[in-house]
Amino acid sequence: MITFTINGKKRTYKGLAFKRLIDVLREDFALTGTKEGCGEGECGACTVLVDDLPATSCLIPIGQMQGRAIETVENLGRPDKLHPLQKSFLKHGGSQCGFCTPGILMSASRLQTKKHSGIRKAMAGHLCRCTGYQQIVDSIRNK
Amino acid sequence: MSSAQVGVSVERLDAPQKLCGTAKFIDDYQFPGGLFGATLRTTIARGRITKISFDASFPWDECVIARSTDIPGANNVLFIEHDQPLLTEDLVMHPQQAILLVAHAQRVKAAEALKHIQVEYDEWEPVLSIEDSLARKHVIRGEDNVLKTCLVEKGDIEEGFAMADFVIQGEYRVGHQEQAYLENQGVAAWVEKDGTITVLGSLQCPYYVHKALVKIFAKPVDKIRIIQAATGGAFGGKEDYPSIIAGHAALLALKAGKPVKIIYDREEDMASTTKRHPAVIRHKTGVTKEGRLVAQDIEITIDGGAFATCSPVVLSRATLHATGAYECLHVRVRSTAVATNAPPNGAFRGFGVPQAIFAAELQMEKVALAVGIDSLELRRKNAWRPGTLTATGQHLKDSVGALKCLSICAAKSRYAQKRREYARWNSKRSNPTWRGIGFSLCHHGAGFTGSGEVTLASRAGVSLSQDGLITILAASTDLGQGTSTIFAQIAAQALGLPTSLIRIETPDTAMVPNSGPTVASRTTMVIGGLIERAAHDLKADLLKASRTLPRTQAALKRAAKVLCDGEPVKRYEVQFEKPADITWDDQLFRGEAYGVYSYAAVAVEVEVDKLTYEARVRQVTTAQDIGKAINPRLAKGQIMGGTAQALGWALWEHADFRGGWMRNSQLTNYLIPTFEDTPPMDVTIVEEPYARGPHGAKGLGEMPMDLPAPAVVAAIADATGHWFSQIPVLPEKICHELLRKSP
Amino acid sequence: MTVLGPRTGSEAVALYEKNPQAIPLAGGTDLMVAWNRGTLNHKTILDLSAVREWRAIAKTETGVLIGSLLPLSELQKDPVIFEKFPLLVQAASIVGAWQIQNRATLAGNIANASPAGDTFPPLVVYEAVVHTVSPHGPRSIPVREVFAGVKKTTLGPGELIASIELPFLKQNPDRQLFRKVGGRAAMTISKTAAAGLLWLKPDGAVKELRFALGSMAPTVRRLRAAEKFVKGKKLTPEIVSEALELLKKDVSPIDDWRSTIEYRLRVSQNLLEAFLLGHVPQR
Repeated sequence: MITFTINGKKRTYKGLAFKRLIDVLREDFALTGTKEGCGEGECGACTVLVDDLPATSCLIPIGQMQGRAIETVENLGRPDKLHPLQKSFLKHGGSQCGFCTPGILMSASRLQTKKHSGIRKAMAGHLCRCTGYQQIVDSIRNK
Repeated sequence: MSSAQVGVSVERLDAPQKLCGTAKFIDDYQFPGGLFGATLRTTIARGRITKISFDASFPWDECVIARSTDIPGANNVLFIEHDQPLLTEDLVMHPQQAILLVAHAQRVKAAEALKHIQVEYDEWEPVLSIEDSLARKHVIRGEDNVLKTCLVEKGDIEEGFAMADFVIQGEYRVGHQEQAYLENQGVAAWVEKDGTITVLGSLQCPYYVHKALVKIFAKPVDKIRIIQAATGGAFGGKEDYPSIIAGHAALLALKAGKPVKIIYDREEDMASTTKRHPAVIRHKTGVTKEGRLVAQDIEITIDGGAFATCSPVVLSRATLHATGAYECLHVRVRSTAVATNAPPNGAFRGFGVPQAIFAAELQMEKVALAVGIDSLELRRKNAWRPGTLTATGQHLKDSVGALKCLSICAAKSRYAQKRREYARWNSKRSNPTWRGIGFSLCHHGAGFTGSGEVTLASRAGVSLSQDGLITILAASTDLGQGTSTIFAQIAAQALGLPTSLIRIETPDTAMVPNSGPTVASRTTMVIGGLIERAAHDLKADLLKASRTLPRTQAALKRAAKVLCDGEPVKRYEVQFEKPADITWDDQLFRGEAYGVYSYAAVAVEVEVDKLTYEARVRQVTTAQDIGKAINPRLAKGQIMGGTAQALGWALWEHADFRGGWMRNSQLTNYLIPTFEDTPPMDVTIVEEPYARGPHGAKGLGEMPMDLPAPAVVAAIADATGHWFSQIPVLPEKICHELLRKSP
Repeated sequence: MTVLGPRTGSEAVALYEKNPQAIPLAGGTDLMVAWNRGTLNHKTILDLSAVREWRAIAKTETGVLIGSLLPLSELQKDPVIFEKFPLLVQAASIVGAWQIQNRATLAGNIANASPAGDTFPPLVVYEAVVHTVSPHGPRSIPVREVFAGVKKTTLGPGELIASIELPFLKQNPDRQLFRKVGGRAAMTISKTAAAGLLWLKPDGAVKELRFALGSMAPTVRRLRAAEKFVKGKKLTPEIVSEALELLKKDVSPIDDWRSTIEYRLRVSQNLLEAFLLGHVPQR
């Protein structure tokens, strides 16, 4: 049995220790905001926060989450009550198809810098095929 | 009058759900009691299947297996032709071709089952290149491997060359490009109690899937229902392929009597689905010493892969853009799509135009060098303008923004100053890089080619419910480009209402009329126009019902009571009508090839590292004439996103095809641009209105992909002195060329 | 699939001894890719992530000991490592991206032994020492001797990496370089990667050169022949060009879909040349 918190709530998981965190979130806890784009840590769509740091949930076996705090996009805001970062993405066009968006928001929520180059380097683990990135950078800078 | 809804950057209607992770993509739907499907695929390029055997040790009783013999109707996926089987019977035409399908209650077990099936083949030598196909090394299709040919002629090409002071020849090549949408292909299918086969999925064109499934399942049209789920990018990649995966899931669902979901993983998606067509394009150009084009003789060959899919129309669009946005007295364009034993190539943003423009623009650079004039000046002299007679005999009247885009882009990028500045930079040996700037210009025909829009006869509309809800009815899909927001803005403007009072119906063939496919930069211009008309019809009725136009939900409800007259909803549907003055001869390729063209110019600045030969894009400046930006922020999002894809195609995206399939089918080794590869972009929207587009709007979605690649190559040439005629310009190629010149 | 979850170093050693076929798991950023592809089915995994004692950084008079399980992002934040071993910090900062660096570890990188391991050229020029534990007791191995080939190490059965020691340099180098050359600006596997340290005598002659290349052979390589050749010599263009020829003696690049022999060799030579001539652009 593994215990951890998801979005601040205590959770237990009793299944296979090697199930991927992304699958546990999506299948066992119905948190489908976290997306899978490649299954090898390349695209960043599955990024969640583990103890406040972004990590690709497709590369984490749930067994390693004992005692950890996991945070997903569902913890940021709701459509009728957006988080300031989400509002900024709405205002600056930081989301097009929306598939990479939850992962990007998770990393961006932990980002301290407002410099273009710092944002581009820190966010390089997120692929987006729609935006050409500029409107995402604008969304993060102006949050 | 309420404030303007068009021409302002309204926030995306679908964004709040996407930003909160509550928008439902296909894999976010759970189907209790449902199965997961997996696809057994061929591992050879050409031959015949001789035997399929199943490991006795595997628990096959837990699985549902579907084969071609289970198909109730025709075993082919109807698109333009009906040559592509849903499941191969025994003839293998390409690697990754679907053989049979397995479904299991557990996702991993379905995938594991495939490893317990052995396929034996009688393997034949495949045809894998354009050259081998043209040479008929083996005949794999028809009599000559040819999928389609096109011919455009204007004037007399020999007469043109006789007038020329210079004749310049060039050959240009481009490879495959993968769409690399972030969400892989996926669908779910189930059979309703009344026998209706329903498919929910990540798709671009619900009615294409509908048309294909009607044939595959031999069902009446009302017994096939296709619904779009939230779709994580498409770029053309979800235009024709979803008909196949939908057919597969539906076949398994029919056999299992349970819902079946098929979600490709990244490798399967990249290895087996469509790519941009590789092309070889040859130009022979006659030009006077003053820089006037007098002859353009162009030959295009594209690799269609094993089946026709959309190759015939990709070819015709490439043919019709082959000259570039330039007027020339004598033109001949001959083009061919050939078959090879590779998965079919298909739609990808630009649809043949990026290939054509790559060659046309690099040829203009070559011509400018030969004549000894500046390439911008050459473009200025020959660019389309009002009064131009195109190669198909189309007289351009208005909304021709080519020269305006060119001058705005040249000024904003400080092209001429940058050329001098970089020449100085490059002359200093101690500088760690070479710098350069390149330019290109293009046009893009908006909407379906030729008589396509007339044949499609698209329908769309709005409805008013008894409760006063206004809903847009269109099969056009929002793939990230913002269709639903644009439609709501257009309808709101027509009705004098805020966008927030407009709903968008899900693209669902049971709910919306056939608006044609969401492709060809046609959605805002054509379907947006239909919605505007329908909204005006509704507005006229509302005015009849309530004397002053209702502006609140409550007032709408009162008016709706009158208009609906006891019915739950009143629909206002309209159909595309052929403009009287548009003519097109599909045999001779003469007439109005497109109702209107959009135009764009781009300047790309690169820096090549002297130690590593890596080319980095420093800045992109572009001006694009799209008639009218209904939503400027969304328009800029399209322009910047398309530009990034084009930079990827020019510099990094190399699909490593060997033996007929893509070996680097992972995002780890097929390299698309990251945050750090993509430069700042300066975008200017030019608005030369099109009288028939809503508020003057014309096509936008594809054009940003059409023109940056040749500008990248020109910038690399400006930096290094070497002209490349093939992309991607990998550092290895720059290294090789520079060493060859000065070892 | 069986997962073993030791909580201390000694537990880990004991469990590994009992299950010698087990695959040690640290941050999982490489191993989980294999798992996702189904190649680890039915294997036993020794999950070391709960072994807290292996996550520490310890400083001694002679160097820094980096716990085998310290995530690469934390390594970058350590002020002593940042000051004394900047090339390693640079390398760690381009392993995948932020999300990967929050999980990936130096020991995982080493044990995985990819020819393209980004941290290896710096580790090799800093002459790092890998400290291991096993049922036979502890062992200290110079890092470059850990690598035996593509994805192969010289670690014995039951042997686990406990820490990596970076000895302080006796003197600050006069020049240093780390440069990874990949397919794009970020998130990429290297085609070649170079790390260099150079000490000069007051008269400008070479006191010592250490130069290592990754992705140029089955394992990371120090350029022994070139290093030896330039020792005591002034770095004239003629001497440098001879050193560039000697570079070839210590590497064996290959043509693959990622790059070519010609490119890998030429770029590696360019980097060495620029470094020796003092032309390396600061990035």
